[in-house]
Amino acid sequence: MTLLNVSDLTVTLATSTGDADAVRNLSFSLDGGEILGIAGESGSGKTMTALSIMGLLPYKGKASGSINFDGKEVLGSSKKKYQHMRGKEISMIFQDPMTSLHPMLTVQTQLTEHMRYHDKMSKSAARESALKLLDTVKIPDPASALRAHPSQFSGGMRQRIAIAMALACEPKLLIADEPTTALDVTVQAGILRLLHQIRDERNLSIMIITHDLGVLSSLTDKILIMYAGSEVESGPARELLSNPRHPYSQGLIAALPGASREGKFLTSIDGMPPELGNFPSGCAFHPRCGFAEDRCSVPPIDATVVSKGHRIYCPVNPFAHDRVEQS
Amino acid sequence: MNEILSVDDLVVEYNRDGTKVRAVAGVDLRLEKGEILGLVGESGCGKSTLGKAIVGILGAAEGEVIFDGLPVKKLTRGKRPEHFRNLQMVFQDPYGSLNPRRKIGAQVIDGLVIGGMHRSKALARAQELLATVGLPADALGRFPHQFSGGQRQRIAIARALAASASVLIADEPISALDTSSQAQVSNLLVNLVHELSVGMVFISHDLSIVRRISDRVAVMYLGKIVETGTVEQIWESPAHPYTKALIAAIPHADGRSSMPADLPGDVPNPMSPPSGCRFHPRCPLAMPECAVVEPEFVTLADNRQVACHLQKAGQEPVSLELIPRVPAS
Repeated sequence: MTLLNVSDLTVTLATSTGDADAVRNLSFSLDGGEILGIAGESGSGKTMTALSIMGLLPYKGKASGSINFDGKEVLGSSKKKYQHMRGKEISMIFQDPMTSLHPMLTVQTQLTEHMRYHDKMSKSAARESALKLLDTVKIPDPASALRAHPSQFSGGMRQRIAIAMALACEPKLLIADEPTTALDVTVQAGILRLLHQIRDERNLSIMIITHDLGVLSSLTDKILIMYAGSEVESGPARELLSNPRHPYSQGLIAALPGASREGKFLTSIDGMPPELGNFPSGCAFHPRCGFAEDRCSVPPIDATVVSKGHRIYCPVNPFAHDRVEQS
Repeated sequence: MNEILSVDDLVVEYNRDGTKVRAVAGVDLRLEKGEILGLVGESGCGKSTLGKAIVGILGAAEGEVIFDGLPVKKLTRGKRPEHFRNLQMVFQDPYGSLNPRRKIGAQVIDGLVIGGMHRSKALARAQELLATVGLPADALGRFPHQFSGGQRQRIAIARALAASASVLIADEPISALDTSSQAQVSNLLVNLVHELSVGMVFISHDLSIVRRISDRVAVMYLGKIVETGTVEQIWESPAHPYTKALIAAIPHADGRSSMPADLPGDVPNPMSPPSGCRFHPRCPLAMPECAVVEPEFVTLADNRQVACHLQKAGQEPVSLELIPRVPAS
């Protein structure tokens, strides 16, 4: 069952040189209990997509299109409606758990706050519930952890506390924005396992945003790759990672250090991602693309279906032809 | 022999509330010209402290660092001896390591002018250097904020080259960059090492990049090197359980959706390191003696060095696959 359906989402931000679209005509959906990964380099619009679902766009940011969550249109909701929804139905965790936790308040205060606000729990009931949550996210000795302050925990433990906070009101959707980027690889593995386990136990949907394709590979059911505010490719995780079809996705995957064993030089994509307000027309990747033709700069760029659930936005589509014929 | 840098039994201490904390607790390293040594470990293991101590930003409590035949002294406000100009560092954050209010040209020229070059000549040389790192010629007259993260890191590298570096200590030089810039900057560094025969210590928490570009790898845990050897040795047959855990934790983007293995627990507080082997509280293969006796750093038959009770000096490394796991009590 579809839990979240985003269609034709465009996010406009105010920059010093006027309005610019950070997200352009983005459409995707997420089923209950599904894990979606959104990948892209910085400035590709992945965080703005998440913030527009949460109703947390920066000052003067505008979103248009449609965001349907659990059968209701969310976009354009009142402040009050968003307030009831955030933390209760959709919650979010961020890259840096030190800045998302309040340094001066105890874990108990922070962990019980929205249970008391949303679910009108008594102090003692909320405390009981908080103890269970800390146990769920595998914090040793939950009782003493409740009395402690965030600074007394390591980065990985803090992220576990942030996850416990996000789960407190049993949301249907968890948005995780680069949840493991600031952590060590050994700690990251633990957090990935935890997220996977929580999904299985609670049938929670997770939308994870990251630039790390390795993280996506271990965790997600499907992947959406963004470039300059638009989708370039999306599909089932295994299929997309083992058989990327868009030249940009292929470049990203080839640039990973683990991609091949030959020599010390990595495969790199020449040039840089474009800046906000300066996105090239048509396929925004065309100035960096080795397969570009004249038609690539002419909008609109339509989707080509590669296989079931796997589509790319590439007018040239140099690799997909054989594939399409086969299927 | 081409040895350009050696670190001998180096100890670096911080003073925390009156107690001495050993962030680097006795480290030996060797680096040759044209060689890339990857230094890996979790955050808090002391790898950045070690990097800073090598260039002299931090002073050594014990031991010494020899660069090109002379011991490195701690930096002071005074001018550094000419000899050490060739020992340079590149930092993780290219936003913090450049002055936001000065033009790129001025910042690259600094190194040249201090080195005795005339300003007019220095300008031309700076232009060459920026071209070497792949920046456009008009970069000289622009400010740091006009560049992307990857470009700023190139500028930082150009500054290190301005002092004609023969050893580069690169502390997480690509960690703050996007995937496509990571590949570009990493290729640039590898290229410089090859062409200019620079020695580089590449400090990183990311073993997959270290595996790709390094010749040798040193794995650090809580202030000590636990294993060092060639990339192949470390990667194909790690002899220390910590090395093995680090490798197992790397997620792979191969579409096989395998979950990486986690290593429970955190790096212990260096103020009170565990007794015996420092890794024993987290080690899946720990034996009773590990909690009591600190293992010596020994050289195995294949010439790698490791500090683990499972491995014996002069013998072939014992494969960690064959050892049954001790269940956690």
